[in-house]
Amino acid sequence: MGKKILLEHDHVPGIQGYEVYRNCGGYASVEKAIKTMSAEAMVEEVKKSGLRGRGGAGFPTGMKWSFLAKPEGVPRYLVCNADESEPGTFKDRYLMSRIPHILVEGMITSSFALGVNTAFIYIRGEYFYIVRILENAIKEAYANGWLGKNILGSGYDLDLYVQVGAGAYICGEETALLESLEGKRGNPRIKPPFPAIAGLYGCPTVVNNVETIASVPYIINNGGDDYAKIGIGRSAGTKLISASGHINKPGVYEIEMGITVEDFIYSEEYCGGIKNGKKLKAVVAGGSSVPVLPADKIINLPSGEKRLMTYESLSEGGFAGGTMLGSGGFIVMDETTSIVENLFTFARFYHHESCGQCSPCREGTSWMEKILHKIMDGHGTLADIDLLWEIQSKIEGNTICPLGDAAAWPVASAIRHFRHEFEAYVTNPNAVNKVRHYENMNA
Amino acid sequence: MAKVTIDGRTIEVPDGTTILQAARMIGPEVAPPTMCYYSKLKTSGGYCRTCLVEVTKGSEKDPRPMPKLVASCRTTVMDGMEVGNNTSPKVTEARKGVVEFLLLNHPLDCPICDQAGECHLQDLSYEHGSSKTRTDFERRTYDKIDIGEKIQLHMTRCVLCYRCVKVANQITDGRVHGVMNRGDHSEISTYVEQAIDNDFSGNMIDVCPVGALTDKTFRFKSRVWFTKPVTAHRNCEKCSGKVNLWYKGEEVLRVTGRKDQWGEVEEFICNTCRFDKKQTSDWTIEGPTVVNRHSVISANHYEVLAKPNEFKLNEVKPLPLKEGEKS
Repeated sequence: MGKKILLEHDHVPGIQGYEVYRNCGGYASVEKAIKTMSAEAMVEEVKKSGLRGRGGAGFPTGMKWSFLAKPEGVPRYLVCNADESEPGTFKDRYLMSRIPHILVEGMITSSFALGVNTAFIYIRGEYFYIVRILENAIKEAYANGWLGKNILGSGYDLDLYVQVGAGAYICGEETALLESLEGKRGNPRIKPPFPAIAGLYGCPTVVNNVETIASVPYIINNGGDDYAKIGIGRSAGTKLISASGHINKPGVYEIEMGITVEDFIYSEEYCGGIKNGKKLKAVVAGGSSVPVLPADKIINLPSGEKRLMTYESLSEGGFAGGTMLGSGGFIVMDETTSIVENLFTFARFYHHESCGQCSPCREGTSWMEKILHKIMDGHGTLADIDLLWEIQSKIEGNTICPLGDAAAWPVASAIRHFRHEFEAYVTNPNAVNKVRHYENMNA
Repeated sequence: MAKVTIDGRTIEVPDGTTILQAARMIGPEVAPPTMCYYSKLKTSGGYCRTCLVEVTKGSEKDPRPMPKLVASCRTTVMDGMEVGNNTSPKVTEARKGVVEFLLLNHPLDCPICDQAGECHLQDLSYEHGSSKTRTDFERRTYDKIDIGEKIQLHMTRCVLCYRCVKVANQITDGRVHGVMNRGDHSEISTYVEQAIDNDFSGNMIDVCPVGALTDKTFRFKSRVWFTKPVTAHRNCEKCSGKVNLWYKGEEVLRVTGRKDQWGEVEEFICNTCRFDKKQTSDWTIEGPTVVNRHSVISANHYEVLAKPNEFKLNEVKPLPLKEGEKS
């Protein structure tokens, strides 16, 4: 059994409620932080821990915290990004609905470290039932003196709010999230300035993922060095993986970073192997945006060693031969899966979710979807495959926010690794089942 | 001050200058094209991605190149920065892509579009576009709508540059239009076709880089290159009153703000000047407007003034050029 940090008390009945959570050692980090630690020392601990952003980009959290500008007389904000919308990722949902207090505790501890007096949890609209769970947890925290004025008699004030989004994928991008939180249309801002300088209401802001913030209490309780010992090298700590697809045991697993991908898929502790004894075909390792890899490439590194579940190992081989850990949305596909169909689903999603600000993403995502639809319908040509490749290369890296890249990478990797499948679609139009997912292209 | 080198040409500019501004200071040969940036409008730019450039050297202190192409209109220069614009193959490729994306759903109805001849998208596609389209899908279309008495919005032609939104935000009392919907369904619109009614709404027409917002008093009156621009002014209570009058014969067909070398309005004008003062007697004429010889509009400006048989080459004098303009 690997070490569990976030889901350690997951099995305890009633862990959703304050009393049980407190009895399991909850809120100890707040006590320790406020009574014995300075804000600078806490940021230092987080830096030492090697904790990296769990939302997808994997940026070191301590670094992000130390970039926060601290001008006199200007409020600072901490925003928790609970707008978990990446297809294939559902770890935050599980964590927040099972152990809401761990997030509340993390928010309080992190806010204290950053000198923040107002913090927000921005949660996606589809998680409406979790809003109630979180608000209930926050109410309990207020009632027990963990939030509000003069926490633990230290003179430190903190207010924590939950804000519900309206269900746009783009609002998971941090600047779009801030726009939405301010009550505007959720369009990503043009950077610089970064949120650490001018974020929410133009004030310095830190935006962190739910899992990142939930990891902070452990680091404060046990020290950064202790956390850094878990995992391998620069991939420190544990990671929640949302496993889905053709596996025997889909679900959310907390893994110590550094186990092999093969273990994760086939061991009884985690996914339990491929469903119905089928063969593994491909894996999307970090949510729909990251490159898809065929079975041999995801299990083994180019060097022949086993690939590990770490930031570095998964991205080894660059974009041509690797993928990314991303947000940990682990989608497993067996030999019956059509990569083309799968890609069409992703492309449709990105087309639907593009905000429409910058031209490559706005026009490119819809164009790719239309071409894929054409190929699926049996009307594609070989030139269309090359065109798809061209379009994604013109989108990637040329857009305001990473949504453009996220739309381009799955297309690039699918064509790179499974070109034969696209060719089969266009050369055997009669064999292709007429797909009717999307009857009206212009609706 | 910061020293920046763009396409091999170095200039020293004040700190906080954007790469685009620095390039414009050097000259039009190195200035990246723009569709959405407008120097007179704050926070404009960054959307169209036509002005992407490659930063091959970040600065003197940190010489690493930037990993991605950057929008030159929103990136400030650093001392010692080296930038590739027209000389960078990456930039040329990306720009070709952007033009293709912008034209993907554009109707290309230039023959019946009032903007033709002074359209930035035409210039851009002429310079960076391909002569063929690779799409065989139906283009996106919208119905034309009247937003106010004098302005027509034809969304089909729009490239979503957000300039008209920024005009409404920054120089009028209240914005009643904006971007509706998302992704490639985005459109500029008002709530329930409300009229845009304020004294400066006409400037939306001037800032529109394409033919999406057109002057209803000028629609289909003439191709712009058949009209002659004249610089004129009047005493106006609301605005500077500095305009261009566009004549065809004796008739003033339209009134616009004066545009600079980059196609940007120098000073915004009010609707009274734009729509209601169309008599020569309303204006004090300053003289013919300088037109860039490369513009289509110049077609009628450098014509032979005398009859052919009386024509002597050395007697024809072209109009004086503006500062920084190349003949």
